[in-house]
Amino acid sequence: MSQTAALEARNVHKTFGEHEVLKGIDLTAHKGDVISIIGSSGSGKSTFLRCMNLLEIPTLGEIYVHGEHLAFKQLRNGDRAPADKRQVEHMRSRLSMVFQSFNLWSHMTVLENIVEAPIHVLGKSKAEATEHAKELLERVGLYERRDYYPAHMSGGQQQRAAIARALAMDPEVMLFDEPTSALDPELVGEVLKVMRSLAEEGRTMVVVTHEMAFARDVSNHVMFLHQGIVEEQGTPDKVFNNPDSERMKQFLAPKY
Amino acid sequence: MLDLHGYGPAIFKGAILTLEVAFLSLFIALLLGMLAAVARLSKNKVLNGIAMVYTTVIRGVPDLVLMLLIFFGAQIGVNAFSDVLYERYGIDFYININEFVAGVTTIGFIFGAYMGETFRGAFLAVEHGQIEAGRAYGMSAWQVFKRITVPQMIRHAIPGIGNNWLVLVKTTALVSVIGLEDMVRLAKEAAGAVHEPFLFFIPVAAVYLALTSVSEYVLKRLEIRFSAGVVRA
Repeated sequence: MSQTAALEARNVHKTFGEHEVLKGIDLTAHKGDVISIIGSSGSGKSTFLRCMNLLEIPTLGEIYVHGEHLAFKQLRNGDRAPADKRQVEHMRSRLSMVFQSFNLWSHMTVLENIVEAPIHVLGKSKAEATEHAKELLERVGLYERRDYYPAHMSGGQQQRAAIARALAMDPEVMLFDEPTSALDPELVGEVLKVMRSLAEEGRTMVVVTHEMAFARDVSNHVMFLHQGIVEEQGTPDKVFNNPDSERMKQFLAPKY
Repeated sequence: MLDLHGYGPAIFKGAILTLEVAFLSLFIALLLGMLAAVARLSKNKVLNGIAMVYTTVIRGVPDLVLMLLIFFGAQIGVNAFSDVLYERYGIDFYININEFVAGVTTIGFIFGAYMGETFRGAFLAVEHGQIEAGRAYGMSAWQVFKRITVPQMIRHAIPGIGNNWLVLVKTTALVSVIGLEDMVRLAKEAAGAVHEPFLFFIPVAAVYLALTSVSEYVLKRLEIRFSAGVVRA
């Protein structure tokens, strides 16, 4: 491999009780890649994304952030846990996540939400963080709303603010967990527009999504998950226009 | 003008004492309540067990009985301890458990259990996604607790804290049984001396009422302050 991948997951397994949700999944995201992960609900795509920043601990498998291996240890009860909390925190600060339900901190204004982690995790000065936050708010079209609390904004505005919060970390990779699934249909477009502009400026993104048009038009690599395995993957053209797998064909077929 | 037969200043002093007991025990109760709630929610079985015994016992035994148990029990405990120290090591160590300290710790101890349950419920009311977002952005467990969980928990806890506080203020009247000269005890003495119970107990009741009314106002303000960002129904 000539270039170190920004994010790499190898052979990720995840078991909840008896149920094996992920059965060995690999992903390599190089700088500038936009990878869409698609699949029906229950296919494990969100779980896989959450394994990459350790919101879920993979039962088996390894994660590398810019070549740095994440160390695990075995607990006495057999569970796996990160060996070094500091390493996990540092790693997470380099992979910002955008959630389906936004998860903006409800007791902080939009601006406070955005400067929170840069100040308290990255150790930036308040002035510097605020300056940067204002630029980002300008960019996602929410500068006027900077002093609003999340509860007083629409879902689309909240998600754009959440994207600004993610950008404020200058992340190496952005993880999107179904960012438009909780939105009213008429608000989906404004969020996708911002995401498309991020892809165009060369951001590295891993996007779990139900938006087939986004996966097809914006990403350079598509993974189709089914029952915890990668059924089909490749360029959008290959996956959408010429899939090998029967499941993928069924998934794309009109449902009504 | 109200003629309190010269007992006015003494009862006023008693009222001050009531306030002191109330505020100091509130402080202890909040502290113990926070510890109890965190222990109850922790995965550590020992801490969890201790906190559960604490809240169960305190909430199940009458306040008056606890007050007497702690006041006399603590003195017996200290006495036994100093006996052992003297016999074994020849150290002359003795503390007289003073009524004020005993009263404040007992009330703090009792209300710590109630506050613990209030805080526990409030912690559970914080949406998990809020905490998860903190972790996902690289915050340490302590940072998430301090900057996200606690500020959000407080707004769920304020109505409960307020309720506990009002009951606590009234419970301070119990300190008279262990000999503390709060306003209830002084009013009782005065009433006995001049055979006019209403003359003394009505002003005392009025002081409690004033105290709780002011509290309700302050609590309302606090509630508004901590609900910034909440859409009010």
